Amino acid sequence: MITRVGNWIGKHLMLTLGILVLLYMYIPNFIVALMSFNDSSESRNLYQFQSFTWDNWLNPCDPQGMCESLRVSISIGLLATLAATIIGTLAAFALVRHRFEGRSTMNLVLFLPMATPEIVMGSSLLALFVAAGFGGQLGFWTVLIAHIMFCISFVVVTVRSRLAGLDSNLEKAASDLYANEWQTFWRITFPLVFPGILSAALLAFSLSFDDFIITNLNSGTTVTFPMFVWGAAQRGVPMQVNVIGTLMFLLALGIVIGGEVLNRRRAKGKASAF
Amino acid sequence: MSLADQARGDLKLAGLHKRYPNGFVAVESLDLVIPQGSFFALLGPSGCGKTTTLRMVAGLEEATQGTIHIGEQDITHAKPYKRPVNTVFQNYALFPHLTIAENVAFGPKRRGSKDPAQEVKEILALTELTEQANKKPAQLSGGQQQRVALARAIINRPDVLLLDEPLGALDLKLRRAMQVELKRIQEEVGLTFVHVTHDQEEAMTMADTVAVMNKGRIEQMGAPYDLYTNPQTTFVANFLGRSNLIKGTVVGREGTGADAVVKVDMHGTIATIKASKVHTDSDHGWVGIRPEKVLIQPEGQTIDAPGAALSGAVVVDASYIGVSTDYTLRMPWGQEITCFEQNTGRRGGLIPVGTKVDVSWRPEFAFLLDSSQDAEAGLEED
Repeated sequence: MITRVGNWIGKHLMLTLGILVLLYMYIPNFIVALMSFNDSSESRNLYQFQSFTWDNWLNPCDPQGMCESLRVSISIGLLATLAATIIGTLAAFALVRHRFEGRSTMNLVLFLPMATPEIVMGSSLLALFVAAGFGGQLGFWTVLIAHIMFCISFVVVTVRSRLAGLDSNLEKAASDLYANEWQTFWRITFPLVFPGILSAALLAFSLSFDDFIITNLNSGTTVTFPMFVWGAAQRGVPMQVNVIGTLMFLLALGIVIGGEVLNRRRAKGKASAF
Repeated sequence: MSLADQARGDLKLAGLHKRYPNGFVAVESLDLVIPQGSFFALLGPSGCGKTTTLRMVAGLEEATQGTIHIGEQDITHAKPYKRPVNTVFQNYALFPHLTIAENVAFGPKRRGSKDPAQEVKEILALTELTEQANKKPAQLSGGQQQRVALARAIINRPDVLLLDEPLGALDLKLRRAMQVELKRIQEEVGLTFVHVTHDQEEAMTMADTVAVMNKGRIEQMGAPYDLYTNPQTTFVANFLGRSNLIKGTVVGREGTGADAVVKVDMHGTIATIKASKVHTDSDHGWVGIRPEKVLIQPEGQTIDAPGAALSGAVVVDASYIGVSTDYTLRMPWGQEITCFEQNTGRRGGLIPVGTKVDVSWRPEFAFLLDSSQDAEAGLEED
């Protein structure tokens, strides 16, 4: 039996390694999902599975302040995504489509926030807000401003690569076919760049939703979801956090699978044409 | 006849000049009239300015100087979408997110056509694409995509249709088929086609008039037959087909009118050239003869040509390619010339390498070019 398994592994080394890597990556998610069904009421040891219960899923907002922090995180995430996507997309168009003075400097300046350690960026922002006289008003709006700032860079990079890969002859063809600048943009350029804008927006949302360091330094008394989890972890994470974690994981999984299914369907259409 | 038809006219380029900001002159004061309804080819190597010329007509490139007219209408500075001109792009530039029918309907919809659906139906039938109407461009083969690009342009019935190396991305067999197809469609719709290509065979097969371009200028323009049989420059002689160019000195001019001839001494042998094929005023020139016009016979045997025979040539290479044999001959003065001989079977085999041969040609096939020109101009670099 053991030699049989050994043989199989020998023959399928790549597959075995692949499975191991996937396990390594996804075991934490499985643990989170499992723990979301953990009944922790009987025990102080929160990191051990006691018994199965639906309670956590039925009353996700039980822990005090958790759902409020989630609501704050989602609002900041959506607003930051909206603003960063608009500004970043416009910047990407400017950088790809126009040759202007300071263009290469601009490229560098946009790249820097991605390379800067968050702790440095967070404390600089705090210093800036305090120096500007907003020391007393740290909260939702300062966090939002900070998130928009670091999301812009990622949006620019994502949209720019999509735009750079776009054949500029398509726009020339549109204008050759009687479309003015406005029609060319809305009928040709925008639909073709849209997937890039969409993935930039998804990236921006997850970056904003996830951020702890910069947020923590600039939030005043406002509490976002990552901050709530961090704070709760000092005493023991409520099981409902696992419910939120599992939901977020399923949502991300759904988006990825949905995208893949769409792609497959497109590829299938391509194949059946011949 | 509708108003639109009356407005049509010849495409006129006058003093058209394009200089890029880096100083490169792509097109140099080009004067050209392309008659309405003709199939015109701009032929030249890459970088000769043919595509830039096309783009200036389309409005995708701004002319530095000069004017572009269609009939009486000045379109030199008109926006691309305001010109009665459409382009078939080299890589087709089909909109990947739209279906074939939507691609083709793009122009009519922008122009505010009354019944775009009907127009699309007709044009798809003409280009044999009806079954592909609801597919996306990526689902079609190269030849089908090419036809979509064509359909998308001609549906607008432009005054001038510009084709930028439209067959460049297709394989040889498909290219030949599409050449015939394009020519058929042009005859059917009767539009002015301006076709840019670096493929001399393509230009000659399809166009009524071919303009050979080099370094931003038109070297020579005319019907394919005239260009081939009577090239005026070494560039045209070499780029359009191949030529043997032999150095010669003019020793006399005889006769008048159509019978006028020029006598040229080529390394001791006198050749006669019709005055209409002499393109130099100086006493020195290149005597040009196409390889398939060169006749050879092993030394001592008679050649079926009334021209002067050059003797003392040696066969240094014979490559048999089925329909014909290419001989490379070394002349007594060291130059190598080429001879294409049809394999009619009369010779009953090849002339072996090393054989001494006599060389001749019928005098009416020779031409004389200016000796100041580079004998290597227009040769493929590879």
